[in-house]
Amino acid sequence: MMTEKRLGRQTLKLSTPPSMISNTSIVGPKEGEGPLAQYFGQILTDDYFGEDSWEKAESKMLTEVVKNAIKASGMSNTNIDFMFAGDLLNQIVSSSFAARELQIPYIGLYGACSTMTESLCMGSLMIDGGYAEAVVCATSSHFSSAERQYRFPLEQGVQRPPFAQWTVTGAGAAVIARAGSGPYITYATIGKVLDFGIKDANNMGAAMAPAAVDTITAHLNETGRKPDYYDLIITGDLGNVGKAIILDMMQKEGFDITKVYNDCGSMIFDSEKQDTHAGGSGCGCAAVVLNGYIVSEMRKGNINKVLLIATGALLSPTTTWQGESIPSIAHAVAIENTIGVGV
Amino acid sequence: MKTKMSSKQYEQYIKNKMPKPAYLKNCVAAFIVGGLICDVAQLISNTAKSYGYNQEAVSSITAASMVFLGAFLTGLGIYDRIGKFAGAGSIVPITGFANSIVSPAMEFKREGFVFGVGAKMFILAGPVLVYGVSVSILIGTIYYILGK
Amino acid sequence: MMDYLKAFLVGGAICAVGQLLMDFTKLTPARILVTFVTVGAILQGIGIYQKIVDFGGAGATTPLTGFGYTLAKGAIKEVKEAGMLGALTGGLKSTAGGISGAIFFGYMAALLFNPKSKK
Repeated sequence: MMTEKRLGRQTLKLSTPPSMISNTSIVGPKEGEGPLAQYFGQILTDDYFGEDSWEKAESKMLTEVVKNAIKASGMSNTNIDFMFAGDLLNQIVSSSFAARELQIPYIGLYGACSTMTESLCMGSLMIDGGYAEAVVCATSSHFSSAERQYRFPLEQGVQRPPFAQWTVTGAGAAVIARAGSGPYITYATIGKVLDFGIKDANNMGAAMAPAAVDTITAHLNETGRKPDYYDLIITGDLGNVGKAIILDMMQKEGFDITKVYNDCGSMIFDSEKQDTHAGGSGCGCAAVVLNGYIVSEMRKGNINKVLLIATGALLSPTTTWQGESIPSIAHAVAIENTIGVGV
Repeated sequence: MKTKMSSKQYEQYIKNKMPKPAYLKNCVAAFIVGGLICDVAQLISNTAKSYGYNQEAVSSITAASMVFLGAFLTGLGIYDRIGKFAGAGSIVPITGFANSIVSPAMEFKREGFVFGVGAKMFILAGPVLVYGVSVSILIGTIYYILGK
Repeated sequence: MMDYLKAFLVGGAICAVGQLLMDFTKLTPARILVTFVTVGAILQGIGIYQKIVDFGGAGATTPLTGFGYTLAKGAIKEVKEAGMLGALTGGLKSTAGGISGAIFFGYMAALLFNPKSKK
């Protein structure tokens, strides 16, 4: 059988592009002091969020952000056919515990920090395939729960290297549906797992950059689009280090994306003032920048065509201790205000 | 993607794109803070000596007091801020050893007092004791054999 | 007053070496601590560290190298007094104050305080 909706090896064309119905975000206090503060739905004053552990706080953020998204869509839980969610904690407990409360049929995903686009890809396919009317896609991360799982206890007096990134405390959710007035998800490009041999778990930007380059290149080649077709090509959490690498590597691939490129991790913090070194990271990074900044700007019409590439480092604390290198992945979704135009 | 690179080539390729640590500033900060922490210990040691304690008692009193200070400042949430500035300057002194015990103990309190606090306390300090004590036994043994 | 200057210089220098190791070799803090304890004990084993302590006072005993020094010194002293068994008992005996203090104060601090998120 022909796979008529697939272009090339990795890119899927959505024949009835699902529409974003509502997008919500919750961020921690530090993100709320950053340059994108005005775009976030809710800014927490206490990153325990009234709970007694960081893990519970993260799960509560995810639960609340999904509830808010569903409320903003004008629907109720029973109208949402599926929930696609994932996070960074072992066995994706933030998402599963949220799903326990929400009682929406749930598909748990693990794509590390690529989860926002991974969930949008899977949700869009469910709708385009005719299996769902509306789904919710969500993800979260929390600085303190990630730090204790992957790095050091909070009160340990360590120095972070200048290329280290700061895990975003935040959660984002998008309700997408078959019918709506946009923005629409028009294409999805599924990434391959790449590993260029970086072993330092502080050096995520460099570890993930090749995966992003591979996915962007595949997307542009398979759709036949030029970089300047997009108003914004934005990666999830490569930070300032990864940003420099990706611009250079894309040149080598024959694409100049300099004019339209940015990175959520570079945008979310003012690394000078906020002392976040190379920028933000974590599932929440792409999630809050998409559901906060990007979609708001699209609804205002300031930007119309966006390619979002969320990047994930597929390591675990165990593999780091065992000295393994860091495999990485990147999934892309094309989000556009109008459908059926352009290439 | 056309680009193919081996791990070595990629490491070389990203080298000049990576921000470098502020070597000199870090080193000076470590020197000053580390030196000051040692001066605090010197003060405690001199005070204990002036009360007429013998050398061994003085060193125990000094070690225990410094450990207390390290633990207390960690509990107050101050030691990690010193550490951010001083780096090795506050990791290497014995107060840093205390910090490495207290910080995981506090962090894993939520996982209970036996497997949380009790077990995780030594996640960083354990190796120090293991290697320190083992080496001292080896040295004692060698000394014994040579002394024969 | 001289002893404060000496302690400052020796202690500062040892910490600066630790910083250089951290920045140039990417050694984690735990590895730095283990390395310093081991190096301190070995230096005392071959009779060098005592000279640094005689000069630097608390500047040499406060860094973790000094902890290794105390362990090795204790083991050697106990071997002299109690023979072979001293190698087993001497190290911990001489550092008991610091270690017991760390365990007890560590536990108390964990009871009393909660970790705060980093700013």
